[in-house]
Amino acid sequence: MSRLARLTPSLALLPFLLYLTVFLLVPTVTVVVGAFAENGTFTLANITALADPVALTALRTSVLLSAVSAVIGAVFGAVLAYLIVSGGQASWLRRSVISLSGVLAQCGGVMLAFAFIATIGYSGVLTVWLRDHLGIDIFGSGWLFALPGLILVYAYFQIPLMVIVFLPALDGIKPQWREASVNLGANGWQYWTQVAFPLLRPAFLGATLLLFANAFAAYATAAALVSQGNPIVPLLIRSGLSSEVLLGHQHLAYALAFEMIVVVAAVMGMYGLLLRRTARWLR
Amino acid sequence: MRTSPAFRVVRVVLLLLFAVFFFGPLLAMLDFSTRGTNGSRTWAAWANLVEDPELNRAIVASLLLSLFTVVLMLLLLVPTMIWVRLRVPRATRLLEFLCLLPLTIPALVIVVGITNVYQWVTYFLGDHVLNLTFVYVVLVLPFAYRAIESALSSIDATTLAEAARSLGAGWGTVIGRIIVPNIWSGLLSAAFISVALVLGEFTIASLLNYENMQVVIALLGKSDANTSVAASLAAIAFAFVLLLLLSVVGRSRRTEGKVT
Amino acid sequence: MTTAVSTQTEPAVAFRDLHRHYGEVRALDGLSLDLAPGELVVLLGPSGCGKTTALRILAGLDIATSGTVMVGGRDITHVPANKRDMGMVFQAYSLFPHLTVEENVAFGLKLRGVDRAKRIKRAGEMLELVGLSTQGNRYAHQLSGGQQQRVALARALAIEPAVLLLDEPLSALDAKVRVQLRDEIRRVQLEVGTTTLFVTHDQEEALAVADRVGVMFQGRLEQVAPPTELYARPATPFVAEFVGLSNRMRAEVSEGTARVLGAAVPLLEGSVTQGSGYALVRPESLGVTAAEGDANGRVVSVAFLGPISRVQCRLDDGQLVVAQLTSAGASRLSPDDAVRVDVGADAVLVVPG
Repeated sequence: MSRLARLTPSLALLPFLLYLTVFLLVPTVTVVVGAFAENGTFTLANITALADPVALTALRTSVLLSAVSAVIGAVFGAVLAYLIVSGGQASWLRRSVISLSGVLAQCGGVMLAFAFIATIGYSGVLTVWLRDHLGIDIFGSGWLFALPGLILVYAYFQIPLMVIVFLPALDGIKPQWREASVNLGANGWQYWTQVAFPLLRPAFLGATLLLFANAFAAYATAAALVSQGNPIVPLLIRSGLSSEVLLGHQHLAYALAFEMIVVVAAVMGMYGLLLRRTARWLR
Repeated sequence: MRTSPAFRVVRVVLLLLFAVFFFGPLLAMLDFSTRGTNGSRTWAAWANLVEDPELNRAIVASLLLSLFTVVLMLLLLVPTMIWVRLRVPRATRLLEFLCLLPLTIPALVIVVGITNVYQWVTYFLGDHVLNLTFVYVVLVLPFAYRAIESALSSIDATTLAEAARSLGAGWGTVIGRIIVPNIWSGLLSAAFISVALVLGEFTIASLLNYENMQVVIALLGKSDANTSVAASLAAIAFAFVLLLLLSVVGRSRRTEGKVT
Repeated sequence: MTTAVSTQTEPAVAFRDLHRHYGEVRALDGLSLDLAPGELVVLLGPSGCGKTTALRILAGLDIATSGTVMVGGRDITHVPANKRDMGMVFQAYSLFPHLTVEENVAFGLKLRGVDRAKRIKRAGEMLELVGLSTQGNRYAHQLSGGQQQRVALARALAIEPAVLLLDEPLSALDAKVRVQLRDEIRRVQLEVGTTTLFVTHDQEEALAVADRVGVMFQGRLEQVAPPTELYARPATPFVAEFVGLSNRMRAEVSEGTARVLGAAVPLLEGSVTQGSGYALVRPESLGVTAAEGDANGRVVSVAFLGPISRVQCRLDDGQLVVAQLTSAGASRLSPDDAVRVDVGADAVLVVPG
């Protein structure tokens, strides 16, 4: 077959590739280029501005928020996933939990923010009940709208995400492994510590990383909850987009976005590596 | 083997605790949104979903956006995926990488870099909220890709195509009448997930200054929290029903195609 | 119909009237069977006959509805699975993917608190026994199916179990590997001398490795006997047709003999005693020769299978039979030849019909 004839089928992919180029690759390149430009010339000023205390604090808080919510989501999500896996493949419990998890994990942050405002906000249902009946004020100085509140609300979508991501790994645990270890003399504890946990560890770590990236990139929840200040990187970007100059730089938003890509890409890269190990064992 | 009574009790207790954590806020939303003055119950906030013009417009806009996104996504993705699988298998890894790329590029980053592109879109199509369709297709790509890919893998598309071709079918027939009917569950799955995602999208809409449902909900939150909460709960419930339907449909289709 | 073998010494394993019901379904319907020390007994039967259920009850992975299981004279019916002294080889997927081959084999020893040096030594011995001493540092996914099963065997034997259990260990393997591996398993079992229960649905496999074969059907034991006896003197129609090939040929029974194709043939126990029926005749008991005026049938097809050939013939009375001849004998026959089909003097089972 001639070179041209061999290439022709690939031409059918052009529409798709063009579309992605325009709506995904161009924006990404714009961000990368913009991070290194100011007034149309190449400069590292925006990048060095990332070391500005305000930007650094935002980064630190973002990392803290992402890490804590990832760990909480991972641990509780793994437990929940285990609880529904032990019920059987087609049980109604499993199906409804997976559906609900799908909704809550994809749920826009705005809706979740309002869910928590309705529960533990100043006039939230639980706040009012506790205030009227037990005299306890859980609203306090409005911790819901600061870091602790963000962690709680993030947990609300991190746990379901963990269930969705980790469940296939739990499904991949073959019953023969348990039977074989029992047959060789293992009790429950020995099976878990010597067979199940080691096998699940890469999947668990990978899922935790995925949760971290998910939290780090999240914007809507924080945007809906936090109205004062820019404690985390996404909110700093919001400031950068809405005002002309942020921290003395026009293009800081680009630099911050670039910082985001770097962090998320690095984390997802590690996730990919762990995924491959899991796939081999838990096919 | 592992259904000891102690374990079963622990399991039920833990599940209940999770249920409280996840359903609690949802129930609170119901209570909050139906609160009237002096402890009465009113559905006024819910009525606003249809009556408030701004909210109404935004809801319709979001629903239309999800429809358009699904259609454009299917038109773009399905022929491409099938074509790659049948005719250009070497491009599989590239396709997979490209489709999963949006997972690594946060929506926030995309919106920062997309203002120029959208200036062109507005130039050609006018400034309309439905313009968001284009970037939304990119956002739903990873999830749609996974759903369709798992459906494609579960049927032996190559063999089916070869059998059809040997009986004289052209490529259009192969794709449209042989492959697509057999990956229906994957397509439905991709569609439902896309709808859920579009309905919940806030980041790009708000930073590009369009008014979709989530943006309006957030705006209303400052002035009319009850309505915001009602709208949020409605959206969550709608998405839940969608995904529940999906799991039911997916299961019945799977048993249909099973050969024992 | 059960045939309990009486042994002089205490049986190593004894099933006593084992029942396993799932609601309406009777997976096991009164199984009683003894295994002598060092014996390899195969439970043979189609899917759903209860053979795997019996094995899993012995392993402790399933619980009988009623009946007892004894090992070495001790009642272990209620002993938990991890306290029974047994080694089991599963059909597939049982090697731990995160451990090396050596670690897999040593796993049971590690659980028993054996120190590292002794564990490695014993694992090495076991791997040598199954011919995989160079594979100790590899992982399961790097081995072929046959190699994985050999590792599984080494792992099961490393703990020196009282009983070795094999649950269709060859069913997931390629045909050629299956034949090689079943001989391996038999060799190892004879060398180590462990009492073994082997479950399979492949009758050729069963006949090749067993000291005795127990044929099961619908939860009951049809017959337990050494392979040659099972083949030559099937006790029930099911056994006669499940083990080896059988031709169903019209027969007349009177005075303790059957008349098949005009010849007198001795009867096996359990046959119809009077009147007409069907005789179950083995292909190798039929002779086919070129007819010289005494033809009673025509050749339909000749299938060359290497050392033997199977000749399909249509008899004049309409019956279709398959005879097994040496290839030399069959070489002179072609489709449509007129032939004489004779029944040999081997005893047959005649069933009603």
